[in-house]
Amino acid sequence: MTDTATISKGSDWGYAPAPESTDHIRLKDRYGLFIDGKFTPPASGKYFKTINPANEKVLAEVAEAGEKDVDRAVQAARKAHDKVWRKMSGRERGKYVYRIARIIQERARELAVVESMDGGKPIRESRDVDIPLSAAHFFYHAGWADKLSYAFPGKKVSPVGVAGQIIPWNFPLLMVAWKVAPALACGNTVVLKPAETTPLTALLFAEICQEAGLPDGVFNLVTGAGATGAALVKHPDLDKVAFTGSTDVGKAIQKALAGRGTKLTLELGGKAAHIIFEDATIDQAVEGIINGIYFNQGHVCCAGSRLFVQESVEEEVIAKLKARMETLIVGDPLDKNTDIGAINSRAQCDRINDYLKIGVEEGAELFQTRCSVPGKGFWVRPSFFTKVAQSHRIVQEEIFGPVLAIQTFRTLNEALEKANNTPYGLSGGVWTDKGSKIFKVTRGIRAGVIWANTFNKFDPTSPFGGYKESGYGREGGRHGLKPYVELT
Amino acid sequence: MSRNGHNGRLDVRKTYKMLIGGAFVRSESGRALDVEAPGGRWLGHVCRASRKDFRNAVVAARKAAPGWANTTAYLKGQILYRAAEMLEGRAAGFETVLQSIGLSAPAAKAEVADSIDLLVYYAGWSDKYLQVFGAVNPVASSHFNFSVTEPMGVVAFVAGEKRPLLDLVAGIAPIIVGGNAVVALSTGRAAVAAMELGEVLETSDLPGGVVNLLCGLRSELIAQTAGHMDVNALVVQGGDAKEAASLREACALNLKRFFLRPDRSRDDEDPYRILDTVEIKTTWHPVGG
Amino acid sequence: MTTGYANGTTTTFKIQPHPVDEVGIKERAARLATRSIKKSSKIEGLKLALSMIDLTTLEGADTPGRVRQLCAKALHLHSARPDLPLVAAVCVYPTMVRIAREALKGTPVKIAAVATAFPSGMNPLEVKLEDTRYAVGEGADEIDMVISRGDFLRGDYGRVADEIAQVKQACGRAHLKVILETGELGTLDRVRLASDLAMAAGADFIKTSTGKIQPAATPEVVLVMLQAIYDFHRKTGKKIGMKPAGGIANSKQALHLLVMVREVLGPDWLTPDLFRIGASRLPNDILMQLEKERTGVYQGVDYFSND
Repeated sequence: MTDTATISKGSDWGYAPAPESTDHIRLKDRYGLFIDGKFTPPASGKYFKTINPANEKVLAEVAEAGEKDVDRAVQAARKAHDKVWRKMSGRERGKYVYRIARIIQERARELAVVESMDGGKPIRESRDVDIPLSAAHFFYHAGWADKLSYAFPGKKVSPVGVAGQIIPWNFPLLMVAWKVAPALACGNTVVLKPAETTPLTALLFAEICQEAGLPDGVFNLVTGAGATGAALVKHPDLDKVAFTGSTDVGKAIQKALAGRGTKLTLELGGKAAHIIFEDATIDQAVEGIINGIYFNQGHVCCAGSRLFVQESVEEEVIAKLKARMETLIVGDPLDKNTDIGAINSRAQCDRINDYLKIGVEEGAELFQTRCSVPGKGFWVRPSFFTKVAQSHRIVQEEIFGPVLAIQTFRTLNEALEKANNTPYGLSGGVWTDKGSKIFKVTRGIRAGVIWANTFNKFDPTSPFGGYKESGYGREGGRHGLKPYVELT
Repeated sequence: MSRNGHNGRLDVRKTYKMLIGGAFVRSESGRALDVEAPGGRWLGHVCRASRKDFRNAVVAARKAAPGWANTTAYLKGQILYRAAEMLEGRAAGFETVLQSIGLSAPAAKAEVADSIDLLVYYAGWSDKYLQVFGAVNPVASSHFNFSVTEPMGVVAFVAGEKRPLLDLVAGIAPIIVGGNAVVALSTGRAAVAAMELGEVLETSDLPGGVVNLLCGLRSELIAQTAGHMDVNALVVQGGDAKEAASLREACALNLKRFFLRPDRSRDDEDPYRILDTVEIKTTWHPVGG
Repeated sequence: MTTGYANGTTTTFKIQPHPVDEVGIKERAARLATRSIKKSSKIEGLKLALSMIDLTTLEGADTPGRVRQLCAKALHLHSARPDLPLVAAVCVYPTMVRIAREALKGTPVKIAAVATAFPSGMNPLEVKLEDTRYAVGEGADEIDMVISRGDFLRGDYGRVADEIAQVKQACGRAHLKVILETGELGTLDRVRLASDLAMAAGADFIKTSTGKIQPAATPEVVLVMLQAIYDFHRKTGKKIGMKPAGGIANSKQALHLLVMVREVLGPDWLTPDLFRIGASRLPNDILMQLEKERTGVYQGVDYFSND
């Protein structure tokens, strides 16, 4: 039967559309700010639209918070901290956070659908990864609320106070969880500003806080764009600022806070090295590349965006990578079979396409899959560049899209040198079947999160954060509590 | 326990059974014990567990132990939190039961509330105690060296009688958070609250056999808990120094780890109780090309 | 793990170990299981799966009557629905081949026979070759053989390969499926090694299991074998078939298998000439699903013949 002539033609069986149902979703036409336990209009009366990047349709109008609103929110957070939250026992505080976790689980499907609609990521990812992880973060941190002395032996632990938090658009609800859960568990109150292109799940989260009976002012939400963020950072009554976003803005924030005693943590960009040795489990390493740079449309700060493959297996890896990439389905985020969704915004789509042009101009060779993409909306096909040099802009700069730069190496030391040859230091990955090599390489990569024989794995118990210009401070695990406590 | 009919309606009384391997069973010996309120009023019967019941419970625990050990810390925490939810939902019923065996209304209310909060407390340790008790060790050779905790396996627990519900919860929770399966013995009037707790655990997605609840005579059964060769550790509450000494001696048969718990509530919230019934495993691996 | 050499009647060859990460491959299998197969693609997929079934009876208690009944079912899965494809083959013990041949005369349904002292393989090579020749002589179109797991686990890869090569010779024009009995091999690395060895030694199909033990055709085992076939095709240009067997009882599993084949090997492999499913209870579950798609209501077992 291996005689090709006698084998009958294979079937062109494909997948029919499998749309996630949205008829249970009820979005308001217009959302206010969430301050002191209530939804209220912005002082300026101004609103902005949030759209679905897969079809450019308007989903809702969202309030634009100005300085007055930010001030009101910080005051509410201060009052709640001083009068209620700081005085509450850790045990009772923890129970509020458990309630939030439970309600996230109850409203999981609704949150997943809205997340995909607002941000462009596939429903399968929101449903199976973002939302469950968000609930898990609240569960994990709820348990710390009355156990903090064990996390910091020998020290008296107290809250920092009022935290101003600014989060990005790539994992909207998960970023809320990463910021708010430890803050609340450690006894702090919060004013949070979500990204302007993805405010909706944060607004639903505010509803969840109401449903949980969270005391007024413990969590406050000010929606808006860069100006709102700047107003928040500037506010003199913040004890702590936490920011996740681009390195440039992170540096600006550090400058802005220079003269004050405000605690600061930053989680910024990355350009992670993803190293594949010849003795790797090659098929799983290829899957690791996919997980590393193509899922979530490459909108991942810790993305494995620089591939280093040992020269002896270059041909095999690239051939298998191409074949695997061609099976990635790019399309409607609300289709359950979609692997790669829409790029979050027109601006980001333009930025990625600029880099694709730059790469070609720099002399690199571009490969893109041949999949179809929808007409409306913002899309980039999974891509990679070969024939690249370390000095190329596409190898040096963070693209934040489904674009990989591929280089080869001959020895372990060479791989490490190239991996560390970057101002960033957020993450890294290594594939080898040899145990001692794993530990040598993980010890050698200068980054805060290293994945060995896996990639882009997250867990609330596992600390996350960068070296060098990828920021400082950790989120998750015991180490992630430190930014949110005062130790004496 | 027994409630008198009112409005002319006769209530359907509960039969108190033990929980072994996820099933509610009577003693294989068929024997029962009377339970009386402090004033002498007869309340009802509970099972009088035999050595065979204890043996069967250990078999069930051993069967359940590997699966429970491999359950993620997250899921264990979820299950204990669910048990708290279930107990909260039945708080009024438990208060009634505790009052019937002699607690005042405020004391019953407090004990139930404390039991719920203690379940929440230990649920929250499930995915954290390894971060406090484990370690990566900076050995002086080119090796990656780390220490983790591992459950001992099957732990027997003999509850005190002073706090019928809370003693049981305070004993069981840290044992199972550590990944062990437990065979718990409740004695005296406290047995009534213990058997009700079985219903809470069975509705909490806890796999059958992870917690087994027996009731009977301490004098008849305690030697079993210390002598059984397939029990890895014994935690005992109440009793006197003489009893403790003889138990310790019996534990030497298979080097069972032995722990004596005081009756004091201020000791209830303590992650070191989790540490008591786990082993520490240290692994080495070279770091090199 | 060392390379092995075959010293058989055919050419010598070398096997390279190809490590597999168990966690990674299980994650891939799980993600492929989230493919949502609906409406027209569900109906098409189910019919495709039906056409790939080797309808199987391998019991010590099999009789001519039982086998005739099985063949009747193979030809008439559900007469109320004339649009259904025929199954690919029936699979029986060698002494039942003649009965099946008579019952299926003039139809395209193939006859597969297990041979080589199925399921254990614990007989001398001569006996296993005679078993094969007998089945072929009785009219089997296809032979499903078992590898010697004991020899494989001892590291005697040469002997294992040699046996396969000789059985292939004894098959004549019949095509050969090599059963690896993955549930006895212990690790996915070994499943991969056995797959590579079987293909190099002349298998036309590699098959997961005898169906007599658990675990059988788990998703990760299937994936490893599909990846082995992919690499073999890349290196030699030959297309080898794959057959999962054992424990595949419902439509969801069948569709998951088709998804794996499609996304690892591509549409070329979606044909009964290159993919079979060894099953006995699966057809009725597929029928129920097809009826549900047609009528909009969930079905009950009473409405479909057991055989």
